Amino acid sequence: MKLVTAVIKPFKLDEVKDALKAAGVGGMTVGEVRGFGRQGGHTETYRGAEYQIDFVPKVVLEAVVDDAQADLVVDTIAKAAATGKIGDGKIWVTGVDRIVRIRTGEEGGDAV
Amino acid sequence: MDSGDTAWLMTSAALVLFMTPGLAFFYAGMVRSKNVLGMLMQNIFAMGIISIIWATIGFSLAFGGDAPLLGNLDYAFMGDIASDEGMAFFAFQMMFAVITPALITGATADRLKFGSYAIFIAIWSIVVYSPVAHWVWDAGGWIFDMGAQDFAGGAAIHINAGIAALVIVAVIGQRRGHGTEPMPPHNLPFTVLGTGILWFGWFGFNAGSALAADGVAAQALVNTHLAAAAGMIGWLIVEQIKTGHPTVLGACSGAVAGLVAITPCAGFVGEMSPIWIGLIAGAGCYFALQMKELLRLDDSLDVIAVHLVGGLIGTVLLGFFGDSSISGADGLFYGGGGELLKDQVLAALGVMLFSGVVSYVIAVALDKTIGLRVDPDDELVGLDQSQHAESAYQA
Repeated sequence: MKLVTAVIKPFKLDEVKDALKAAGVGGMTVGEVRGFGRQGGHTETYRGAEYQIDFVPKVVLEAVVDDAQADLVVDTIAKAAATGKIGDGKIWVTGVDRIVRIRTGEEGGDAV
Repeated sequence: MDSGDTAWLMTSAALVLFMTPGLAFFYAGMVRSKNVLGMLMQNIFAMGIISIIWATIGFSLAFGGDAPLLGNLDYAFMGDIASDEGMAFFAFQMMFAVITPALITGATADRLKFGSYAIFIAIWSIVVYSPVAHWVWDAGGWIFDMGAQDFAGGAAIHINAGIAALVIVAVIGQRRGHGTEPMPPHNLPFTVLGTGILWFGWFGFNAGSALAADGVAAQALVNTHLAAAAGMIGWLIVEQIKTGHPTVLGACSGAVAGLVAITPCAGFVGEMSPIWIGLIAGAGCYFALQMKELLRLDDSLDVIAVHLVGGLIGTVLLGFFGDSSISGADGLFYGGGGELLKDQVLAALGVMLFSGVVSYVIAVALDKTIGLRVDPDDELVGLDQSQHAESAYQA
């Protein structure tokens, strides 16, 4: 099994979720995070004082999928999350040693 | 005073009281989330401790007798406060005594020990607030007798608290990380909410100070509103020119600056004067933001720029815009010559000198004995956890 992790622009979440469901991905976990890569930050102004805010709000999305599905899932996310503008994010794949469905105790592929 | 006057005065007492939780949220929105309860607590606690002090001795020291420097103890423990209007006046004035030290919390944000703050404001209310209130508002007080005018507390409240804030931040030093770490407001919606409550309550603060439900009160109400409006516009115009963005914080700050400036003038000016006063305060207080850089003070939420400078602007402008056809004396623009202006300047200087010196002495004395500032580790963890063992946002 593989863990596919993607950091994407927050407003792209619904589109990515819909694309993944259409591709047969049964579940995912999302979180609100902050980050930066090449996008850099932005400036905010409060009472005339400028603040350089390095971190940009992002959404992290995680899905555990079968090995065979990993590449399709990566491509699906990449297409749905892209805007072409800097800050679109990144996707990476890592291995999962073990996975358990809490309700039933099923393991491995049955738990995905 | 008739029953209408008494009813309005009691209503105004409620309006002014509401300004303290309003101020609490105005400030709380601007601090970091780990300190939001600390800020709220300091403000609402003033409602507790200062009320008790006022009832016990504060009112008497402010309004008892007619000596030039200090009231007597005729009204201690609320003795002899006769009749309906006496009690209504006592109550109304109590709410002013409550909010004045709370103004200081904006400057000292994020770094005061709660117990030390509590003791500071208790002492300050007795030895600074009551005497100054006596000078300015009680017949016999030297500023009142001199002829200076302060309708609702430009000098007694804003200049007073503003200079106290300045000296205290000089004593306690800057926030840890100030200048290197960004500390933007954590919840500006709170600040907007607080601004709305302050604006609303200010109708009681200013129009209630007419001590009557009459034409002067109505004029004060209109002046209050127009000055807030003009203050907002004035600040936003300068902000747009200097930074390229009109901000929510700027709109709120400008409105408050206008409200502060009109406070001493409220029932003494008319026609378009409140708009001029508001515009000048809105723009002037924006430029005053730079003062804390010049003074190298971390006045965290700009109490100096808004309250000290705003209060000075209003107190001095009254010397120009005072219009006896509304009430009080004529200023320079209304044929009164420079007499009122001179009195206003002397009043401002007198309050600044006394409050500045005495506030400084209290601050230093407390700092050297019990310490005013939290430990560095407590400051990092935040006031909410370290001072109150609470956290504001569980999510």
